[in-house]
Amino acid sequence: MSQPQTLIDKLWAAHEIVCREDGQSLLWVDRHYVHEGSFHAFGKLAERGVAVAEPGLTFGVADHYVPTRGSRRDIANPELARMVRQVEENTAKHGVKLFGLDDPRQGIVHVVGPEQGLTLPGLLIVCGDSHTSTHGALGAYAFGIGASEVAHVLMTQAIWQKKPPRMRITVDGVATPGVAAKDIVLAIIAHVGADGATRHAIEFAGSAIRALSIEGRLTLCNMSIEAGARCGTVAPDEKTFAYLKGRPYAPQGAEFDRAVGEWSSLTTDRDAQFDRDVKLDAKDIAPTVTWGTSPEDALPIDASVPDPAREPDEARASYLRGALEYMGIAPGRKLTDIAVDRVFIGSCTNSRIEDLRAAAAVLAGRTSKVPGLVSAGSTLIKRQAEEEGLDRIFLDAGLEWGESGCSMCVGINGDLVASGERCASTTNRNFRGRQGPGARTHLMSPAMVAAAAINGHLADVRPLLAGRKV
Amino acid sequence: MDKFSKLTAAACPINQTNLNTDQILPARYLKWTRAMGIGKVLFQDLRFDAEGKENPDFPINRPAWRNARIVVGGRNFGCGSSREAAVYALYDYGVRVVIAPSFGDIFSGNAIQNGLVLAMVTDDEAAEIMAALQQTPELPVTVDLEQQTIVCGNRTYSFSIDPVRRMRLLNGWDDIALTESYRDRIATFKTDDQAKRPWAIPHTSA
Repeated sequence: MSQPQTLIDKLWAAHEIVCREDGQSLLWVDRHYVHEGSFHAFGKLAERGVAVAEPGLTFGVADHYVPTRGSRRDIANPELARMVRQVEENTAKHGVKLFGLDDPRQGIVHVVGPEQGLTLPGLLIVCGDSHTSTHGALGAYAFGIGASEVAHVLMTQAIWQKKPPRMRITVDGVATPGVAAKDIVLAIIAHVGADGATRHAIEFAGSAIRALSIEGRLTLCNMSIEAGARCGTVAPDEKTFAYLKGRPYAPQGAEFDRAVGEWSSLTTDRDAQFDRDVKLDAKDIAPTVTWGTSPEDALPIDASVPDPAREPDEARASYLRGALEYMGIAPGRKLTDIAVDRVFIGSCTNSRIEDLRAAAAVLAGRTSKVPGLVSAGSTLIKRQAEEEGLDRIFLDAGLEWGESGCSMCVGINGDLVASGERCASTTNRNFRGRQGPGARTHLMSPAMVAAAAINGHLADVRPLLAGRKV
Repeated sequence: MDKFSKLTAAACPINQTNLNTDQILPARYLKWTRAMGIGKVLFQDLRFDAEGKENPDFPINRPAWRNARIVVGGRNFGCGSSREAAVYALYDYGVRVVIAPSFGDIFSGNAIQNGLVLAMVTDDEAAEIMAALQQTPELPVTVDLEQQTIVCGNRTYSFSIDPVRRMRLLNGWDDIALTESYRDRIATFKTDDQAKRPWAIPHTSA
């Protein structure tokens, strides 16, 4: 009998074109997603005068620089307009399909890929964006790459990789009400550290992971990179197949059934070995927020921020002092005493329909004490939310209902948090200056952002859920 | 890509864990082409305040380290965003080597594509090198990729680096040249794979 294999081993083996003696493997790429930021790579192709090798496997989106407010057809800011025009020109020149601003399917690359059925179980997917790990939620092997690698994939449809060590993160048990995928992944990152999974390919397993919706799994895998991982994946199951059935670019009819037959074998064999195993229990996870400047700085909402004076390790104490100073928080302060200036709901982490529903369920009939922006992950999700009346809930609460894009997660489209301002955000990075120079970011789930909006400070969403259907 | 074998230069200690690529190159510069002088804005928001005034406390602003070609950092250096321009910024500023206990995964891949050497040492060794530099800022550091050693004052450390990456840096090889020799293998794989996994092709009537 052959050696039992992990899901990661199976995904790897299916794409290996060459394995050199030195440990380098050339892997076939099934899908390559490009965006405005891919201009460096297209420039490299132009320098060499070569064409995209597989335009049919390459898909473009306009997401990073697109405005979420004002006209999108006639972008006022010339630099943003140039960035969007550039991806339009580069994709047109090479015959690559673009979900551009005039396309009703436009949205954030990591939302559009799954939504269109471009992302499928068993595929190897790359994109010049670190959150490409998102697509692993459907059982794909997906990872972010840099501009030189983007150029290499455009030219060859293949990529050199060294097989990463395999890590299994098992979350068993039942998550309590008010605890979402975001809380689970923040708890995982706090547990293993921001470099706890560096170089590793993660398989997320366990009953609490199986219980997550596809949207929840996308949130989970999205933030694998925040633990340093190469990629994160969840074995495909009936939920995955149901999610994909009928999506435009997914196999159709009998082809779909055949594919499901093959996808069903994409699981870790009994007794397969992982290089590392980490276990958490979902019942121990509370609604979680970050207080500092790394996603590993995450704590349950009923906790207090650390006090450097009580930290025996001087290097750690020094880090705590720096983070608290940047965040403008007194040592030892209770998290729920931290007032916020604005909120943001959006990004490739938490902008899917389920995320918007979760926030709306808390906000319905209530008012936000602070301004905020809601930006759906795709134009299709925006429409769906409007059909469900979610836009009214956000608007009635006093929040802005914007267009779809990366928006305030990285701020390069002009949606910025002002210097010194504090934002409760559903995004993925609380790095210094991430949402704008001097901006202070607290990461949390959409429901927890809604709770912060209503209270005007970081708050536990659970009391707000009483008597509500969520 | 330039070859690298050995370098003796000023080394700047930046004692921060999780120094992410947003700090190395803030996102607002991502629309810049490299020709626009991306090295000038390396560590921009750490080096300068909002008014553009230099922060004298940030190490690379100090006279002894202003022309550093080696950076010594903390754990998880270069984590975060995949922006390769963070590597361009370091390289174009003049940095050729980063010494740290660990590096962001995508950052490591980007470094190798651009001839930036990442030398991995233990936490204690990084702390020791940083302490030596704090004490004697002008102390030159030698990084020898052939020998895989770092010489700092009277101490010699060995560092780890993936052997394939080491060979590539020593020879200045790039990926594309290597892949060219496998063109036939890629074509064969594609044909076989289409028969094996027809569902992997995007449904085209979409």
